[in-house]
Amino acid sequence: MMFAFVTIVILVCMGVVMVRLFSGPTLYDRVLALNVFGTCTVLLIGSMGFLFARPDFLDIALLYALINFVGTIAVLKFFRYRRLGDAPHDAEIIMVQENEEDRTAP
Amino acid sequence: MMEMLIDILSWASFVGGALFLFIGSLGMVRLGDFWARLHAASIVDSAGVGLILFGMMLQAGLTLVTVKIAIIVLFLFITGPTASHAVANAAFVSGSRPTDMVEDITAPKAKPKVTKRKSRKTKPKATTSSAKKKSGA
Amino acid sequence: MLFVVLFVLWLLMSGIYKPLVVGLGVISCLLCVWIVSRLEILGEKGFQHDVRITKLVRYVLWLTVEIGKADWAIAKVILSPDLPRRQRLIAVPCTQQSDFGKMLFANSITITPGTVTVETEPGHFIVHALTDEAADPDALADMGTRVRETEAGTS
Repeated sequence: MMFAFVTIVILVCMGVVMVRLFSGPTLYDRVLALNVFGTCTVLLIGSMGFLFARPDFLDIALLYALINFVGTIAVLKFFRYRRLGDAPHDAEIIMVQENEEDRTAP
Repeated sequence: MMEMLIDILSWASFVGGALFLFIGSLGMVRLGDFWARLHAASIVDSAGVGLILFGMMLQAGLTLVTVKIAIIVLFLFITGPTASHAVANAAFVSGSRPTDMVEDITAPKAKPKVTKRKSRKTKPKATTSSAKKKSGA
Repeated sequence: MLFVVLFVLWLLMSGIYKPLVVGLGVISCLLCVWIVSRLEILGEKGFQHDVRITKLVRYVLWLTVEIGKADWAIAKVILSPDLPRRQRLIAVPCTQQSDFGKMLFANSITITPGTVTVETEPGHFIVHALTDEAADPDALADMGTRVRETEAGTS
């Protein structure tokens, strides 16, 4: 009863956040909504573990929290430096930004 | 008696957490600005997560499950602010700024605090109406 | 030291105390310690105790109350029909010496609804605040001194 209530509320919240995820005007809105969505997913996995009386789900929730954090950082890093490996030096950052300006200017 | 007390406490915690979770996700949709949405995400990260996982800890009792939930809480409380700081910093570095700001120390030649006291009564309506105009247009 | 922390974490997370599982835990913890020592990310000092645990616990309890108050304030902003917000970017001086203290202060600012640390510069943070109450410089300075009290080496 208790956990069914919590699960339903979390599902509703995930649906509401999904609106912002699809309609966010900028990239950062979407990344922020994705982060909140992932936090809701962690809570959902935990409460479903209690709902089905399987506490092993909490391990999955912890793992999902880790992956959510790393994924957010990875998306931001990719869109800032355009690569996932080592962060480039300052000169290269300026070059990348100039390229972006060239692309958006015309 | 003790079980009933724990049940009542965890019900209260769940209802409060669900309320804050819903307010936070409602704010994600209602607020019209990226910088304001940042604070809605902050509500979900702090109050929603904290209260709901606290209720789960009460329900689990003193077992290893409680320790696992405590680790999840600790982890989310460290990474949640870090992730939202990363998003905010990326937006800040890319040059995005709030549209209707009262005070901005990073703006070039920002007007100093002289206007601050006068604006306290007159400005709020002006800023909200201008924000509405912008969102409407 | 790192091995002990990792092994306690393994014992708490697995909950199975058969020789095979505990042995696997010992092996994987040793592997992790070896990889970390090869990466050289811990620095010369390793784990250092520059935090007072009792002060830290007291600070976390105080922070919980503050988060509760700020949550309620921002929830009222979201629920009110005209969304009264006066956004501003302000500078908050950070006087903490250790990296952990700075991290704790910036994270505390961010997790409190209404204020978000946007940029860290030497000597101060740039903080985005949503409302007038959240942007109160005295409250932020108070939080800074409380974080500073948790550091060892400062009286």
